[in-house]
Amino acid sequence: MVNARGISFSKVMLVLGLLFLYLPMFVLIVYSFNASRLVSVWAGFSTHWYSALFQDQQILSAVWMSLKIAFYSASMAMCLGTLCAFVITRFKRMRGRTLLSGMITAPLVMPEVITGLSLLLLFVQLAELTGWPADRGMVTIWIAHTTFCSAYVAVVVSARLQEVDRSIEEAAMDLGCTPLKTFFVVTLPVIAPALVSGWLLAFTLSLDDLVIASFVSGPGSTTLPMVVFSSVRMGVSPKINALATLIILTVSLVAFIAWYVMRRNEKRRRSGRLS
Amino acid sequence: MNENPTPAPLTARVRTLLFHRRVLFGIPFAWLLLFFLLPFALILKISLTSAVMAIPPYEPVFRLAENTLSVVVNFGNYLFLLSDSLYVAAYWGSVKTALISTIACLLIGYPMAYAMARAPKHWQLVLLLLVMLPSWTSFLIRVYAWMGILGNQGLLNSFLLWLGLIDEPLKMLNTNFAVILGITYAYLPFMVLPIFTNLVKLDLRLLEAASDLGCRSITTFWAITLPLSKAGILAGCMLVFIPAVGEFVIPELLGGPDTLMIGKVLWEEFFNNRDWPVASALAIVMLALLLVPIVLFHRFQSREMSKNG
Repeated sequence: MVNARGISFSKVMLVLGLLFLYLPMFVLIVYSFNASRLVSVWAGFSTHWYSALFQDQQILSAVWMSLKIAFYSASMAMCLGTLCAFVITRFKRMRGRTLLSGMITAPLVMPEVITGLSLLLLFVQLAELTGWPADRGMVTIWIAHTTFCSAYVAVVVSARLQEVDRSIEEAAMDLGCTPLKTFFVVTLPVIAPALVSGWLLAFTLSLDDLVIASFVSGPGSTTLPMVVFSSVRMGVSPKINALATLIILTVSLVAFIAWYVMRRNEKRRRSGRLS
Repeated sequence: MNENPTPAPLTARVRTLLFHRRVLFGIPFAWLLLFFLLPFALILKISLTSAVMAIPPYEPVFRLAENTLSVVVNFGNYLFLLSDSLYVAAYWGSVKTALISTIACLLIGYPMAYAMARAPKHWQLVLLLLVMLPSWTSFLIRVYAWMGILGNQGLLNSFLLWLGLIDEPLKMLNTNFAVILGITYAYLPFMVLPIFTNLVKLDLRLLEAASDLGCRSITTFWAITLPLSKAGILAGCMLVFIPAVGEFVIPELLGGPDTLMIGKVLWEEFFNNRDWPVASALAIVMLALLLVPIVLFHRFQSREMSKNG
């Protein structure tokens, strides 16, 4: 591992590891264009499964439902997670801080079946005691997703908050800015990239969640992972391959844009420092 | 600097400031208390009831009859879990599978993170995105991809048959091997990420000093790099191990009838048998098993979150 330029064990492992991560996804993409139903047979190029996918009303309505839930959950999680990160990194001596930081980090590793079951029991008890929520569906999934996505947002945002130069905030407040205004004028622009990546992360997590949503959903609120799950339980389905390809391409595109923006900002910062 | 001719308004301002702080703190605190902590208390409560055919399908703990409040606690579910070898086997199976997968992730992920941390700066971001990208696509679909690869008529078997290495398809799908492979595959990015962020901060001058003093590179690695990346390794292992113990999707899709994992058993108790009390007791025992790893992870994470702030 000493030769930085030559071939080393760790470099070989990196390439192999990346191959391991990408080959299965590559296989899915290739087979989404296979005319045959079977994986073992290549029957020629076809976009048949894509047109079948776009005619599947059940999948389309589930996609719409999932997108809506993911949008609302990510937005709420962004606010709640940022608030959490802010009070934990700034209010060092607040009573209950330890408990709060425990409650915000635990969802990162909590097995999904436990989170899902516990929230369902809460909703059932609440409905018994207060009459709300009368039936489970979008709102209960939104609450569940907001709660666990906030944890991820808090981690991303707190990493960024630590890099904020406190002296600028203090200067703004010395010059008569209220703490609220200081936050919006000084702190927020600095942590904005973390807010965006936190929102995106929360959005993908919510879009992807099967287990928690299965526990807290009710009839009539079927999300995309539930439809995919009940379909792949039966075995390989070419329509799901087509759907997988679309998801992988969308995520790759967003990641590429994110990379491009980050690289441009980095370059700009570097050239700004030089001039 | 701060000229305050009238001290009285200042204390008032401080008081409102403190009040605002408390409100700011209170919002996420109340949300998490209600939607994270309280539900755990409820699992504990339901695990002490007995199942009935009703909606909701359990008996109340607190009963008010003729002006007397009686508390009925039933430890039967826990005794049932202990007496039935299925559940014990499921816990053991989960822990074993998660442990093997965590070690596999570490053995693959550590060298990857090491190579990434040593890569030129402009490559690091690209590599990091490449490693994390799969985890932003669908988890379910990445697990599903292996169904097409491992199946009896799947890609891997067809390939091996074509090579002539095997005469008949190997049974790979619906085995414990497939479950371990699936968990390793799905959780690998979560092992690489914390180790990478840890290694990238490593002071390279330490390594230079070691080599200047005649340390061989392999010794430097064992004596300096590895001990200094301990925190990253620990975080990575917890990020893989804890969710893997409760994993449901992977054993359900890739596992077979002999794959016993607690997440799957809990799901079946809840959705198929509608036995909420037993499902709750399963969750409580799982939490108890995971308590030490969760506390370890929390200590790491809260240190990360409140560093130099």
